[in-house]
Amino acid sequence: MGRNRSDLVIFVGKRLLQLVPVLFGVVTITFFFTHVAVPNPCAAWTKARTPGAVQACVVTFGFDKPLSVQYTTYLQNLISGNWGTNSVQQPVLPSILRAFPETLELVFASLLLMVVLGIPLGVVAANGAGRWPDHLVRTFYLSGWATPTYLGGLILAIVVGPALGLPYTGDFSSAKPPGWEIVHMSVIDAMLRLDPGALADAILHLILPATALAFLNMGIATRMTRGSMLEILPMDFVKTARMKGLTNFWVLYRHALRNSLISTTTVLGIAAGGLLSGTVVIENIFRWPGIGTYAFNAIIGYEFAETIGIVIVFAVGVVLANLVADVLYGLLDPRVEWR
Amino acid sequence: MAGDARATQPAGWLSRKRKWLTSQLRHLRSGLRGFLRIMRANPLTLVGFVMVVIIVSVAVLVVLLPPIGQALVGHPVSILPYGPNYYPSPCPTRIVTTGNYSYPTCTLPPSTEHLLGTDNLGRDMLSRVMAALPLDLAIGFVVTAFAALLGGSLGLVAGYWDQPRTIKGAISVAILRLTDIFLAFPSLVLALAIAATLGRGTLPTVLAILLTWWPYYVRLVRGEVLVVKHQPYVTAAKAAGLSDLRILIRHVIRNILEPVTVYYTLDVGTVLVTFSTISFIGIGVPLDVPEWGNMVEYYQTQNLMGIAPWTILAAGGAIFVTVLAFSLLGDGLRDVLDPRSRRALAQAAVPTTVAAPAALGEA
Repeated sequence: MGRNRSDLVIFVGKRLLQLVPVLFGVVTITFFFTHVAVPNPCAAWTKARTPGAVQACVVTFGFDKPLSVQYTTYLQNLISGNWGTNSVQQPVLPSILRAFPETLELVFASLLLMVVLGIPLGVVAANGAGRWPDHLVRTFYLSGWATPTYLGGLILAIVVGPALGLPYTGDFSSAKPPGWEIVHMSVIDAMLRLDPGALADAILHLILPATALAFLNMGIATRMTRGSMLEILPMDFVKTARMKGLTNFWVLYRHALRNSLISTTTVLGIAAGGLLSGTVVIENIFRWPGIGTYAFNAIIGYEFAETIGIVIVFAVGVVLANLVADVLYGLLDPRVEWR
Repeated sequence: MAGDARATQPAGWLSRKRKWLTSQLRHLRSGLRGFLRIMRANPLTLVGFVMVVIIVSVAVLVVLLPPIGQALVGHPVSILPYGPNYYPSPCPTRIVTTGNYSYPTCTLPPSTEHLLGTDNLGRDMLSRVMAALPLDLAIGFVVTAFAALLGGSLGLVAGYWDQPRTIKGAISVAILRLTDIFLAFPSLVLALAIAATLGRGTLPTVLAILLTWWPYYVRLVRGEVLVVKHQPYVTAAKAAGLSDLRILIRHVIRNILEPVTVYYTLDVGTVLVTFSTISFIGIGVPLDVPEWGNMVEYYQTQNLMGIAPWTILAAGGAIFVTVLAFSLLGDGLRDVLDPRSRRALAQAAVPTTVAAPAALGEA
C-alpha cells in the first residue's frame, strides 16, 4: 500500500480482474433472460412467416438445441472473439465497434458542456449559498433532472433546432463515402481528413444532442462543485487569499475552485458511465448513428446477440468509467493510497 | 427492559403506555419543529413539499371521488372535467394551414372550456393528464418502495454480517458480487430489454424497473449499516445480550431510516421518469391507458408538435412538474442531512440547526 507507480499498476490490474466475473454474470443473466422469455424469436425475424422459413431460421441459429448447449456455444464463441450475428447474418462485433466511438464522442461533448457550464454555476451557487443565486442555480439543475430525456430531446429537435437553424439529425449533412470515416468520431474524422467544411458541419450536428444530454445531467457537476466549495470556502487559505486583497473572482476560481475540483472530477467520471444509458433515447431522437440507436433497434427487434453485445460494451464502459474516476481521484489527492 | 414491561401488572402497564405516548408526542413535536426549520432554511424545499402535497391530494381525489360519489349521490362524481378517453363525435374542428395545405383538425388550443386544449381526437387534455396522475404516481411510490425494501434488506444483511470466513460472511460476499453485476448493467438498457421480451404492458415495465433499481439501495444501506454498527449503543445492546434481529430492528434500522427516506424521495421522481421513458419508447403501457410517457409518444408520432404543441407540453409538463416537486423536496432534505452541507448551511445567512437525530433521543 503506497503511492508508487507499481502500487498503481497493481491497483488497476486488480480492478480489471474484478471485471471478469462481472462480465460473466452480465452475459449469463442477459443470455438466460432473453432466451427463456423469448425461446424462439424466429417468428419475429423472418419476413416470409411461412412455417418453412421459420423452421430454416430455427435450424440456422440453433434455437432447437437445449438452452445449456446454446449457452456454452455462445460463451465459447464469445471468448474466441466471435460475438455472434444478428438475424440477417451480420456480425455483431464490427457493428458495435463502428457505433461505439460515435456515442463516445457524444458523451465527451456533453461532459465538456457539463464542465464548462456546470462548474461555474456550482461556484456561483456556493458563493451565494442560501440566497437567490443559490436558489436559481438549484432550480436550474433540478429542472434538468426533472425533464424526461425524451421531452428535452424532442423540444430541442423540433422547436429549438429549426428556430436556431441548427441541424438535428445524424452526424453529417450528407452521407460520407464508405471508408471516409477513420475512427468513427465525426469531429476527429473531419480533422484527420483535413476538411474544414466537414469539421464545421460535424460540430454543428453535435451541438443539440450534446446539449440535451448535458442539460439533463447538469446537476451532477453543479451540485458536487457547490458542495465541495462550501466546504473549502471557510478554510484558512481562502481567508488568507482574501486578506491579501485578491479580487473575489481570483479567490473563488484560482484558490477555492482548484481545491474543490477533486471530488467534482470523480463524480464526473462516474457520471460518464451513466451518460451511456441516457444516449439510448437521445440518439434515437437525433438519429445519431451511435450505440444508443443500435441498442434501441436491437431490443425492439429481439436481436439477442446484439443485445448481449451492447450490454457487454455498456458494462465495460461503466466499470472503466468508475476505474478512471478512482485513478483520477488518487492522482489529484496526494493523501490517497492505492489499495 | 421490554421484557419487564410485559411482565408488569395491567395498571403499571397503562401508566407506562401513557409515558410512552407522551414521549412519542414530544418526539413528534420536536420533529415538527425540525421540519419547520428545514423548510425555513431553504424556501425551495417548502415549495417542493407544497407541490408534493397538492399532487398527491389530486391523485387521491381522482381515484377516491368516483366511488364515494357513487355511494353518496348514487352516480359517480369526478374531478375530471371529461372522461380520459371520451371524445365528442363528430368533434369540433378548426382549419390548420401548413404550407399549401389546409386541413381540418380536432386539436383545439387551450380555452376556458378546455384549459389545456384538446388532442387530435378531440379529447380534453386536462382530463387525460389528470387521469394519468394516479397510475404514474403509484408506480413511482410502489416500485421505489419495493426496490428499497428488497435492496435495503439485502444491504442490511451484507452490512451487518460481514465477518469473513463464516457462512453469513459468504452470503454477504455473494450479495455484494451480485450487486456489482447489476450495477454494471446499464439500467435503462436492461429495463428496455426486459420490458421488450416480456411484452407490452404495465406489469412487465414495473418488473423491469424493479429488477434494475434494487442494487442502489444495497450500496446505500450497507454503507450506512457499516457506520452504525460500530456505534457504542449497538455494542451496548450486544453486551446486554439482545438478539441480532432485535438489534437490527430496534437500533440499526431506526438509525439508517433518515438517509434511506431522502433517497427514496429523490428516487420516486427518477423511477417515474424511467417508467414514462419506457412507455415513450413504445414498449410500456398500452396506448388506451392514459400515461404521460405514452401520451408524449402518441402525440409525437401524430406530428402534433407543429400544429398542437399543447398536447405534448401538457403531458411532458406533468412529468416535469411532478418530478421537480419530488426533486426539490428530496434535494433540500439531502442538504440538511448531509453533514458537509449542514455545516455550510449553518454558516449561511439563515441560522439553522438540525432536528436532533432519533439516536440522541433514544440514548
